[in-house]
Amino acid sequence: MTENNAQNPITTDAIIVGAGPVGLFAVFELGLNDVKCHLVDILDRPGGQCAELYPEKPIYDIPAVPICTGAELTEKLLEQINPFHPVFHFGQMAESLVKTPEGKWRLTTDRGTVLEAPIVIIAAGGGSFVPKRPPIKGIDAFEGKSVFYSVRKMEQFRDKKIVIAGGGDSALDWAINLQPVANHLTLVHRRDEFRAAPDSVLKMRSLVAEGLMDLKIANLTTLNGADGHLTEVVLQEDGKQPHPLACDNLLAFYGLTMKLGPVAEFGLNLHENLVTVDVATFETSVPGIFAIGDINTYPGKMKLILSGFHEAALMAKKAFTYVHPDRRYRFQYTTSSSDLQHKLGVTEAA
Amino acid sequence: MRIICTDMEGKDHELLATEEWSVMEIIREGGIPILAQCGGSCACATCHVYVDPEWKGKIPEPNEDEIGLLNGAFDVNENSRLACQIIFNKNLDGLKIKLAPGSL
Ligand SMILES: Cc1cc2nc3c(=O)[nH]c(=O)nc-3n(C[C@H](O)[C@H](O)[C@H](O)COP(=O)(O)OP(=O)(O)OC[C@H]3O[C@@H](n4cnc5c(N)ncnc54)[C@H](O)[C@@H]3O)c2cc1C
Ligand code: FES
Repeated sequence: MTENNAQNPITTDAIIVGAGPVGLFAVFELGLNDVKCHLVDILDRPGGQCAELYPEKPIYDIPAVPICTGAELTEKLLEQINPFHPVFHFGQMAESLVKTPEGKWRLTTDRGTVLEAPIVIIAAGGGSFVPKRPPIKGIDAFEGKSVFYSVRKMEQFRDKKIVIAGGGDSALDWAINLQPVANHLTLVHRRDEFRAAPDSVLKMRSLVAEGLMDLKIANLTTLNGADGHLTEVVLQEDGKQPHPLACDNLLAFYGLTMKLGPVAEFGLNLHENLVTVDVATFETSVPGIFAIGDINTYPGKMKLILSGFHEAALMAKKAFTYVHPDRRYRFQYTTSSSDLQHKLGVTEAA
Repeated sequence: MRIICTDMEGKDHELLATEEWSVMEIIREGGIPILAQCGGSCACATCHVYVDPEWKGKIPEPNEDEIGLLNGAFDVNENSRLACQIIFNKNLDGLKIKLAPGSL
């Protein structure tokens, strides 16, 4: 974890909320303008929707790239911005944004990282990725105490009766990892089909065959317990009576969904949960805060990667004036400017 | 041509349908809120609907991607489909579907 706090914040030129394709490309456009960036994302890796929702699916409408997958686009963007040494803060939710007495922006994450910069770029896309909550009545009363959607410390589950729900990679990986730690572990999935790495499925099946864990093909219908502490879950197997299963902890892995989240509290003008911007600069209603990519709205907006890239270039031009108020903005081509080529580390004989 | 879409409150809406559009797009165009987070790319399952049993046989079977995605969705039953994967054609005029809880 980062060693800093409100007394000792990390200072930089620009804070980017969201490391999706548009946040990543913003690093490039800002970098050409001598603006250094730190990025915050709740995901544990860059790429936003491209990495989380469709890494293996093809994209056909990136100019001059006839076809690439979501994962490939992310990889190429990282390569392109590498000369500017962006700093990433992954696995953290940007939670609050306030102005300091010196007129800078201070952003604090849910893990206590504090960043300060003269400008902030909201590239939060469809919102932050949060776990899907299963539709079980009263589940919220158990969340954070005995029901979890992620694992931060495995020790927490030592000698517990654990139920893991879901049929994807996260559910299987955690079933395999927690099985030796748990008192007893049951994997619950609606169908006897798993959307996960074939190796994990084999491993899980062999643990079941050895009697080291249970697999139930069932729906989870009810949670029983008190004061946030589970005592049992009720399973409904096809064609059978619902039956209880003793359980201390439920871990549910049903994938992620996008929610606007804390960005709604940043004090920006919103329209239908999107941030309104000036189309010449992509600045929001608050000076020094910009919004680009899927998160913004303006007349004619199209939620395309292409649009986000264009928005990043115009944003960077205005952003420059905040970070370098003493300098004049200069329009240059990367093809012909030795200054830009130097920044990119590609200078031949100037 | 039309489809009948029952919303989460149980209210029926008659929506104008266009051939070659997905049922998700028809619902959205008709002004009925549907999350459809991935825009019809068969990647999110937030366009989950129940197809009226009488219409089920007229719709081509789901492909492997759709089945896999429905596997991980909530409140799935034997009539569950992803609306973005049902492409409307004239044989589906009058199609009846109901929005599932995860689609809002
Ligand atoms: C299946 C699918 C197919 C698509 N195909 C195409 C296509 O062919 N062509 C095209 O142009 N577009 C396509 N799109 C749309 C494209 O992916 C989006 O336009 C693009 O991802 C938007 O980029 P972004 O950087 O603005 O936001 P996102 O990619 O949504 O990234 C935003 C990031 O911000 C993070 N975040 C948000 N709030 C916070 C917070 N408070 N704290 C920390 N992190 C936060 C999120 O976790 C996320 O990682 C497709 C989308 C999907 C789902
Ligand atoms: S809109 Fe995402 S799967 Fe249909």
